[in-house]
Amino acid sequence: MDVLNSQPTPSLPLLRIEPSHRWPSIDFRELWEYRELLYFLTWRDIKIRYKQTVLGAAWAIIQPVFMMIVFSLFFGKLAKVPSDGIPYPVFAFCALLPWQLFAHAVSESSNSVVGNQHLITKVYFPRLVIPIASVLTGFIDFLVSLVVLIGLILWFGLVPGWRIIALPGFILLAICTALAVGLWLSALSVQYRDVRYLIGFLVQFWLFATPVAYPSSIIPQQWRAVYALNPMAGVVEGFRWALLGRSSALGSMLWVSASVVLITLLGGFYYFRRMEQEFADIV
Amino acid sequence: MSEIVIRAEGLSKRYTLGQRERYTLLRDVISEAASVSLSRLRNSLSRTDRNGSAAGQNKSDGPETIWALNDASFEIRQGEIVGIIGPNGAGKSTLVKILSRITKPTKGYVEIEGRVGSLLEVGTGFHPELSGRENIYLNAAILGMRKLEVARKFDEIVSFAEIEKFIDTPVKRYSSGMYVRLAFAVAAHLETEILVIDEILAVGDAQFQKKCLSKLRQVGTEGRTILFVSHNMAAVRGVCETGFELNQGRIVAKGEINCVIDRYLAQMITRTFIDVETPSFIINDVSVNPLNSDVIKTFESVEIKVVLTAKRDIGDPGMYVGILTSENARIAGIDFKDFASVPPIKVGERFELGFLIDELPLLGGTYQLEIHVKDVSRHKIERVGNVFQFEVAETSVYGGRKLDAWFGSVGLKATAVQKLPSVTSEMVQSVESQVS
Repeated sequence: MDVLNSQPTPSLPLLRIEPSHRWPSIDFRELWEYRELLYFLTWRDIKIRYKQTVLGAAWAIIQPVFMMIVFSLFFGKLAKVPSDGIPYPVFAFCALLPWQLFAHAVSESSNSVVGNQHLITKVYFPRLVIPIASVLTGFIDFLVSLVVLIGLILWFGLVPGWRIIALPGFILLAICTALAVGLWLSALSVQYRDVRYLIGFLVQFWLFATPVAYPSSIIPQQWRAVYALNPMAGVVEGFRWALLGRSSALGSMLWVSASVVLITLLGGFYYFRRMEQEFADIV
Repeated sequence: MSEIVIRAEGLSKRYTLGQRERYTLLRDVISEAASVSLSRLRNSLSRTDRNGSAAGQNKSDGPETIWALNDASFEIRQGEIVGIIGPNGAGKSTLVKILSRITKPTKGYVEIEGRVGSLLEVGTGFHPELSGRENIYLNAAILGMRKLEVARKFDEIVSFAEIEKFIDTPVKRYSSGMYVRLAFAVAAHLETEILVIDEILAVGDAQFQKKCLSKLRQVGTEGRTILFVSHNMAAVRGVCETGFELNQGRIVAKGEINCVIDRYLAQMITRTFIDVETPSFIINDVSVNPLNSDVIKTFESVEIKVVLTAKRDIGDPGMYVGILTSENARIAGIDFKDFASVPPIKVGERFELGFLIDELPLLGGTYQLEIHVKDVSRHKIERVGNVFQFEVAETSVYGGRKLDAWFGSVGLKATAVQKLPSVTSEMVQSVESQVS
């Protein structure tokens, strides 16, 4: 056996296990130490998602593409919803990408802690790994769809300009938004299973409050700051700005959205850390 | 003396009964919002009060709370292999969960020097759709092993589990034996300074259990600290050097493992029995008493006693007592009717039936009694189920080593017979002539 590892080293970590704190710290260093677990949990979820499916990873494309077709037909063609002068399919698909990332991440992560209770009651690891991993699982689907989107943009004869370099920033903002909401909901659902029923309804409602099918420009100027309190509004307009070079109303909306995300995310981390001390007892 | 690596001071854990219910609905909370927030406030105040006295502890003790662990203090030195024993609900699992950081203590603290690896279950996080190879990496990551470390030991893990051929098959196609072997193999290669193990040997066949135990013993010789929780007294004796017994959340005995176990087994015999009712009887007491010593040993005489109260007039009382293994396999059964008949019993009368068993042929281990009572005149059997557990201490049946579960449950009264080839002088000559 490994004699090297079994020899106690002089600098062994001293751990003190105490009753719960009211204000726990967010231990990012510990989270970093468990990055491999984060990787494996994400990898597991991706790996098993399309097991025993006929179409496999094609589902990642099929869903947003069909949504786009339906939106183009009903909102673009029939209802004549304006699209800031952009071909409606591109206009909608560009928004559907971050939206799917968000919707998927929110519903996955909010069930994640309860869904992994067999781990939580049997072994220790930073619990934050669980919701973070489920937010990340949607990311691969997102990347696949992104390729389709680029193809669609080029097919419509549009060329993304220099602004595309800002895209990673907006992707990060979308992930942070999903994580912020996911942290709150996952911790809440441990105690209140009502959350499970809330999710489907919440996500649908949220879709209408986000400029996916319509441009933000139809919102009166004076209400746009309020409208941007929905951080996904900022994200979606950001995507359109970065990829299509045209966005009727980004500007101040972005800053409002980003601030909301930051506050919700930090609050979510704290709330989660505080609740996690009791997870194993109440889950 | 080596240094202390685990120090627990006044470790207590309170559970609010009902808190462990599956889940709460928001409605319940809203309707009780006021009272809940008040008691939450009170709870959190007492929780932050880490210097709270024993009196403070009792104050919040309502009928709806239970102290799963109560003021447990202990020290464990580096390299010690400690057994934790006690009846169900004694707080063993709660202690293990606190040490593994799964749950927080309500009061008190533990200081631990070194990384803790905990095996509360084999195969935590195994996913049926993933292959053996994939599950090794996943499970190892969950247990806190590094990817490089796993890659280095991969072959060793696979050969320990004896699943070389199936390593790329999804584990849902594994037999349960293969599954358990793989799961234990990963866990056995965890290399933390401190290892906490809870009842994981309850799985797998006897052969594999033996392999696991010897692996544990080997780990023990590497100077690592092990805390081992088990109901399998033979395993605890075989692996541990010291130990302590928990009962109702308190540490009631500490010291050399054999002393702790013997004490525990001796008092198991005299523990109080809670009345069990059937339609026609109340069973007031069941006991299995060794006649010649404190503990029940193989081939010693024991007396099984059942105290009953009749709930109605019984014309022809009868009783059957079965002995089962802890896995519910029936080993023996004995019916009172085959020995004697009992005169009628009037309602409310208390009586006692029992058997004296010469040379109980059971090897060391945990057994259960099942009891059926009946009114033979009415042809109605009333089952009581497995009402009573007793423990047989490992005994050196044949004068040598103590026999453990590997030898089964039943002791055989045996003597060795051998017939060696008898060597005649003619044979020697013929062999010699062949050689020359």
